[in-house]
Amino acid sequence: MAYDYTPYPYVPPKGLTQAEPRHPVAIVGAGPIGLAMAIDLAQRGVASVVLDDNNVVSVGSRAICWAKRTLEIFDRLGVGERMLEKGVTWKIGRQFHGDREVYSFDLLPEDGHKYPAFINLQQYYVEEYLIDRVRDFPGLIDLRFRNKVVDHADRGDHTLLTVETPDGRYSLEADWLIACDGAGSPTRNRMGLSFEGQTFQEQFLIADIEMKDSPFGDAAVPERWFWFDPPFHKGKSALLHMQPDNIYRIDLQLDVDADARAEAAEDKVIPRIKAIVGDKPFRLDWVSVYKFRCIKLDRFVHGRVIFVGDSAHVVSPFGARGGNGGIQDVDNLGWKLAAVIQGKADEALIATYHDERSHGSAENILHSSRATNFMTPKTPIEALFRTEALRLAHDQPFARRILNSGRLSMPCSLEGFALQTPGAAQVPPGSPLVDAPLSGAEGETWLLSQVQGDFTLVGFGDVPLPDVPGVRRLGINQRAADYPCFTATHGHAIRRYGSDIAYLFRPDGHVAAVFRRPTAQDVARAAGRAMGKTTETA
Amino acid sequence: MKIFPDRLSPQQDDFYNALMDAHEGLSETDSHALNARLILLMANQIGDLDVLRDLLTTARAYADV
Ligand SMILES: Cc1cc2nc3c(=O)[nH]c(=O)nc-3n(C[C@H](O)[C@H](O)[C@H](O)COP(=O)(O)OP(=O)(O)OC[C@H]3O[C@@H](n4cnc5c(N)ncnc54)[C@H](O)[C@@H]3O)c2cc1C
Repeated sequence: MAYDYTPYPYVPPKGLTQAEPRHPVAIVGAGPIGLAMAIDLAQRGVASVVLDDNNVVSVGSRAICWAKRTLEIFDRLGVGERMLEKGVTWKIGRQFHGDREVYSFDLLPEDGHKYPAFINLQQYYVEEYLIDRVRDFPGLIDLRFRNKVVDHADRGDHTLLTVETPDGRYSLEADWLIACDGAGSPTRNRMGLSFEGQTFQEQFLIADIEMKDSPFGDAAVPERWFWFDPPFHKGKSALLHMQPDNIYRIDLQLDVDADARAEAAEDKVIPRIKAIVGDKPFRLDWVSVYKFRCIKLDRFVHGRVIFVGDSAHVVSPFGARGGNGGIQDVDNLGWKLAAVIQGKADEALIATYHDERSHGSAENILHSSRATNFMTPKTPIEALFRTEALRLAHDQPFARRILNSGRLSMPCSLEGFALQTPGAAQVPPGSPLVDAPLSGAEGETWLLSQVQGDFTLVGFGDVPLPDVPGVRRLGINQRAADYPCFTATHGHAIRRYGSDIAYLFRPDGHVAAVFRRPTAQDVARAAGRAMGKTTETA
Repeated sequence: MKIFPDRLSPQQDDFYNALMDAHEGLSETDSHALNARLILLMANQIGDLDVLRDLLTTARAYADV
């Protein structure tokens, strides 16, 4: 059934009739990133006003693949379980060359993780769930639809915004402005920041269709099918994905000089889809033609203006790194900005958001552009290498790994960045948290539920944990202690992290430091370093 | 024909990208010449005639299908 785009109500803002007190944070844009940002800050007690020019969720499915790490972050923000329940968990990916299957992979995740490697869920559902979650913070999140930001001025320690509503204009001041206004970011344009990078000449037709009978044949097993040079679309590539509500996503590579408008017309699209799904009846739900770019801003932080999500970086969608990358921006910035606003950290901590996430975004761009290059050979020699790699891939394992229809989004490591204390461990400093099941006095739980959100020192095995202000403690497979202790279900946690070792996790779940014998002084120093405090030399 | 163990991953994308870069801007003829030189250099680097014969037979086997 087609998604019901119920408009959200517009309420005339206070600023139209009287001056509003200065807001600690103004977020421009209520896409997935702006909404997640507001929730993260609210969970830390920081109030924000969210301004969006529109009043409906994402038109068209757009982002459909959500990666494990993203779901873990969404779990912390309170929407992960709902997404998992509604989403399609797919495991099998098949790659075809012509009409022959070259090989298939099974994403069957290893045991003992709360979330699977990937789910498919339309972006409009994700936004809907986030808006519902926003409603849990009436005192902290002021979400305003049909409030278009038309101007902003940097006032040094704050920003002055001009907002247009159906009832006219008003102005608003905010200590921090977070630009979550998407790939075309008006905030970025207004500041004249250059946003240039690789634009791919090929165009892609993206279509959602609704059909009762699965085009995969067996609807009970959701799969991802990718074709290099399919018989129904000569010389190009094609992708077929399953979403909830019997909706299927089809991506088709088009000619470099294809006429986008003509390609998106029904009389052109329907035959193309019939060539894939055959005579089974279907309904066209959404069609769009895209050209993709891989670009990032030189700097994500400009004084009190911070760019997050697509406003800071865009990638081609092969590998699903756009929305997934943006959610990691939120995860990285939320605790830092809250700490600065609440006076617990120096403003310099915000600069590390740029350092760490610019690195993550560069990695996403590298993988996305390589996948796009592989899918769209530019010269006869590139095409020749690809054809022969495909031929070898029928039975040579190394050649299968060369085939690249998107390296699916993985979180980046922050190893070597200033906030982490160097050290060696199974999960080295900088790595994102690796989930594991635990059981405790209150029943079964997950490491991610216990660790994310605050600085947490976790002792695996026989390692006593010192009491350090501002750091939560948690023991795994420890004898009774004066802090919460859990048992590693099936030994997963110990196998993943090692034994007799303590890990200090940052609020975003990245490992900040590791200790064989943690002393209060060492832990406090590492936590201070992770908060951007320059360490005094011993 | 032989199945060879994968020794490229996890660096397969770095390699493939470097290979495409090596061909950047060359005419088709020049690219084929580069490939020929590359094979000779790689053969010398492998330096084991039995392995090289296996590789030749395997590469040829795919040409026959
Ligand atoms: C075809 C396609 C497929 C994709 N597939 C995936 C995928 O599978 N997985 C994935 O992770 N990502 C995917 N992406 C990328 C993903 O959609 C984006 O990364 C994501 O939407 C970025 O979220 P955002 O909140 O930063 O920006 P947006 O979603 O663009 O939201 C920006 C918001 O700002 C508002 N706004 C703009 N200007 C103003 C203004 N002046 N005043 C007030 N409000 C304003 C807009 O109305 C909008 O609500 C895909 C994208 C496309 C196009």
